[in-house]
Formats: sequence, structure tokens, C-alpha cells
Amino acid sequence: MDSFLLQIFSGLANGSIYAALGLALVMIYQSTHHINFAQGEMATFATFIAWTLIEHGVPYWLSFFMTVGIAFVGGLLIQRIFIKPVERAPVLNNVIVFVGLLVIFNAMSGWIFGQTVKAFNSPFPTASLVLPQYISGHQLGSLGVTLGVLLVVFLFFKYTPIGLAMRAAAQNPDSASLVGIPVSWMLALGWGLASTIGAVAGIMMAPVVFLDPNMMGGILLYGFAAALLGGIDNPWGAVVGGFIVGVLENILGAYVIGTELKLSVALVLIVGTLTLMPNGLFGRKVVTRV
Amino acid sequence: MNFISTRLIWLVVLAGLFVLPFFLPNFRVFQVNLMIVYAIAVLGLNILTGYAGQISLGHGAFYAIGAYVAAALMEHAGFSAYTTLPVAAVVCFGAGVLMGFPALRLGGHYLALATFALALAVPQLLKHKAIAHYTGGVQGIVLSKPEAPFEFRFLGIALSEDRWLYFVTLAVALPLFWFASNLVKGRMGRAIIAIRDQPIAAGALGVNLSWVKTLTFGLSAAYTGIAGALGAVVIAFVAPDSFHSFVSISLLVGVVVGGLGTIWGALFGAAFIQFVPNIADEISKSAPWAVYGAILIALIYVAPGGVMGALKKLNPGDAK
Repeated sequence: MDSFLLQIFSGLANGSIYAALGLALVMIYQSTHHINFAQGEMATFATFIAWTLIEHGVPYWLSFFMTVGIAFVGGLLIQRIFIKPVERAPVLNNVIVFVGLLVIFNAMSGWIFGQTVKAFNSPFPTASLVLPQYISGHQLGSLGVTLGVLLVVFLFFKYTPIGLAMRAAAQNPDSASLVGIPVSWMLALGWGLASTIGAVAGIMMAPVVFLDPNMMGGILLYGFAAALLGGIDNPWGAVVGGFIVGVLENILGAYVIGTELKLSVALVLIVGTLTLMPNGLFGRKVVTRV
Repeated sequence: MNFISTRLIWLVVLAGLFVLPFFLPNFRVFQVNLMIVYAIAVLGLNILTGYAGQISLGHGAFYAIGAYVAAALMEHAGFSAYTTLPVAAVVCFGAGVLMGFPALRLGGHYLALATFALALAVPQLLKHKAIAHYTGGVQGIVLSKPEAPFEFRFLGIALSEDRWLYFVTLAVALPLFWFASNLVKGRMGRAIIAIRDQPIAAGALGVNLSWVKTLTFGLSAAYTGIAGALGAVVIAFVAPDSFHSFVSISLLVGVVVGGLGTIWGALFGAAFIQFVPNIADEISKSAPWAVYGAILIALIYVAPGGVMGALKKLNPGDAK
């Protein structure tokens, strides 16, 4: 029983990171109806920036917030430079640009920071304050950080004028621009935010899986699975989906199939969700007009 | 007149193809062989992505399956290199149809995503210990290249294994290209293109959407599977890590470079993915992928038609 609870708690801790990545994906999807394949690679790159800052003696939390800032500006710039020209192009062109970004970021991580696996320290104490037998300090800490991020994102969208403008731009771009909302800049802002959330997820994940250029490959897949399971147009769905995927992954890995097939679990989840209930658990049904 | 000159061009091309390996050192021949293999795989992906408009980021998985079917059959069942090809084609056709079913419900990004998951999962599956006896686990399988069945010399240069394989890959590739080019011009090809451009109208006009889509997926996977099997024979080695998810991406790069929805563009795409990394590799180990990515994005902005699109612009009279 104890080991079962242990699996559940560490599943929840990992799940919070999947939830954050899933949320980032949902945000880009909501505003643009695109899925950003480069999300994981961008997060890895941001994590490398944080690692470099820490290596140069910058205090952990200062480098954390600096990285978050850099990720925000970076995401914004990427949207302006790379995505804007293909905003109205066919889906295939978009996917190819995303794949191009994925490859570039992956290569740049390896090129600039090296291919060797790096240890990334956790800012949290090793022993947890509550339930120390079930959950480690880092797991509790990263759970807290990601939940905090989710709360901030929620408050931002619900109560700030910019959040309202972003929602309007996503839901009805034409009407939004008629009332004076700069729709294209709202999309850029969405990219910036998503990139920020990705960076947080990367920094929280790095102490668990170690830092190397391919760190986020599998994790991104779980983020996708989380977003799809919850319904790709529902931010809360992505969060719940993330926790479900995290727990499922750990329990299946520990008791049913072993750790070698973890990625296949994600594959089955993605294909299964898309085939059996394409709208996910909490998504709206999409009706297309002929 | 036109007829005769076309014939003449074909004859010259065929003669050129015949003598080419005898003018190149063995290693270059090996690279050309791989290029032909990639051309088949790129063509397979182009049928699906370029003509049918279904984005797949998972064709590396079919390539891997084809390679492993060939390697396992040669290693454990005593098949010759040549007889593994039809088996690989059939197995990959089946796998493609299986993947094609969920693909029916998915469009655009979702399909790209689901197939990307496939590309990431397959190397892991290949390493799994339940099938390690057949796949060789992490170490993979080392094969031996088939020897030329007869002695032959041209310009004093012997028909080495790689030179013999050059003719084998060519003999496989030519009919496949011929078939694909006829396919897309025919009834099936028109249905495939109609589904890409106007799925609802195509359905209303009597095209069986699910049937054509699934079949296209299977066919595309079969092409890529044959390429995988040939690739295993040419390299004489398979291992899970050589089928990293980036194989799928380079196939997509090949399609975009050659030109979406073209047949012969696959040759340019394959040449690109075979030779450009070698050049970029000299700059840095990580550089090839950065170059890939940059070229991929640049092409989408400046030449969405790829090489074939650019050629067409230069020579608008040639209706091909």
C-alpha cells in the first residue's frame, strides 16, 4: 500500500509538470488553433539558459525569474518573426515551420551547451515538510510552483483587461479587432506566455530527468496526451489531464508494463483519446460549417 | 520528333545510370545507394502528405519496421535480401492501414501529432526485451551484404557488393517511381487529390473517403517500408537508435525540399537529406539539424513548391 501511495504522489508531482506543458499547448491552440511541436524544445533551451546562469553564480531564484523573462520575450519574438508570416497559410506549412523550429532549438541546445547530460540542482530541501514518506522535497516544491503558475494564469485570464482582450482575440478575431484589440499582438502575447510556462515546466523537470538536449522529447508527448485527454480547448481539462496522465504513467510503469514502454503509453493514450473520444474529457464538441 | 527526342533522353539517362557506379569510388556508390533508398521513402511520404494532404511525422516508424522485418527475416528465417522486400511491403502496408484508421478521424495537426508519437515510441518498442530475440535488442542485427551473383568488369572495375546493390536499389526504385507517377495521374490519384482539396465535395461526388484515405496511408507506408528494408540491406546493420524520431523529420524535409505533390522531387529531396548533412557535419556535430531546420523554414517562406516548384517556374512551358 505504501509503495502504491508513493507511486501516486510521484505521479502527481510529474503530472503537475505535464499539466503545465499541456496548459501551454492549450493556450497556443486556443488562440491560433495550432499545436506547437517546438514547445518541448523551447522549454529545454530555456532550461539550459537557467542552468548557465546558475553555473555562473547567479542565485537560483534570480536565474529562475530571469529565465522566465527571457522565455517570455523569446516566445514573443518567435511568434513575430517566424509564425506571423505563415499565420494564414495552410496547416501543412504551419506544421513544417513548427518542425523546423523544433529541429533548430534541439540542435542549438546541443551546439551551444553540449550534448553531455548535466545535473540540475533543485532549490528545495531533499526532505519534504509534509508526508515525507511519500513525497520528496522537490516533488512537493515543483507541485507547488506549477500550481502557483496555473493559479496566476487563471487570475490573469479572468481578471485582467489584457487577459480579457486575449480571450476575445482568440474567440472572435474579427469582432475583437473591430473594438480595437490588436489581435496579432495578442497572439504574440499568447506565445510569450506559453513559452514562459514551458520554461517553468522545464526547470522543474530538469532535476528529475537530468538536463540534455533531448530532455523534453518524451515529456512533451505526455503534455500532448494531457492536453488531448482533457480536451484541447479547455485549460482546466489540460490540468486535470496532466495529473491523470502522470499518475497513470507511474502506476502502469511500476506495476503493469515496466519503465521501458513509457512512451508507448503516451502513444496509446494519444491515439486512443483521439479515436474514442476526440473531444477529450472536458472539451467542447467541434462543429464545422460546410 | 518530340517522341523520338524523349526516347533519346531516356536512353542517355539509362546509359548514364548504368555507367555511374563505375566512375565513383566504392564509398560514394554506397552513398548513392542510400540516396535512392531515401528517394523511395520520400516518395512514399509525398504520396500521403503532398497528394493526400495528410501530414505524417511518423514515417520513420514504417521505415524502421521495414528495416527490421528484412533484418529479422534474413537473420532468423534464412530469407535472401531480395525476398524480404515484398514481405516488408506487405507488413508495412498492414501497419499503415492500422495507423490509417485513427488517421481517418484526425486532420492536420492532430494527425501530425499522433504520427509523431508513433515515431517516438517505435525505437523504444524495438528495444523491448519481449522481442529482443528477434530484434537483437539495443545492439541490433549485423547483416552481410549480398554479393553480386556473377563476375562483371566494366572499365576494369569489378562489380563490388556496393555496386551490385546500386543496381538492385535502382531496379526496385524505377518501377516504384513509375507506378507512383501513373497512380497519381489515374483515377485513384484524382480521388486522392480531390480529397486533399475538397473533402466534402469529393465525398458528394462519390469518392469513398475512408477507403481511399486508408488505402493511401497503407500504400505510403508500404513504399517507406520497402525503402527501410532496402536501407537495412544497403547498410547491412539495423539498431533501434538509428531510427530516432528525427528520421521521420528528415523524410519530411526531403518532401518539402523536393516539392510537395511531385513525383520526381523525391530525388532532389533524397539527395538533400543524404548529402547536405555530410557537408554541414564538418562545421559542427549539431549543425546538420540546425541547417535542416533553417532550410525547412526558409523554403516554406520563399519556395513552398520546393525544387520542383522552382524548376517549373523557370520552365513554365513544360507541363508536368
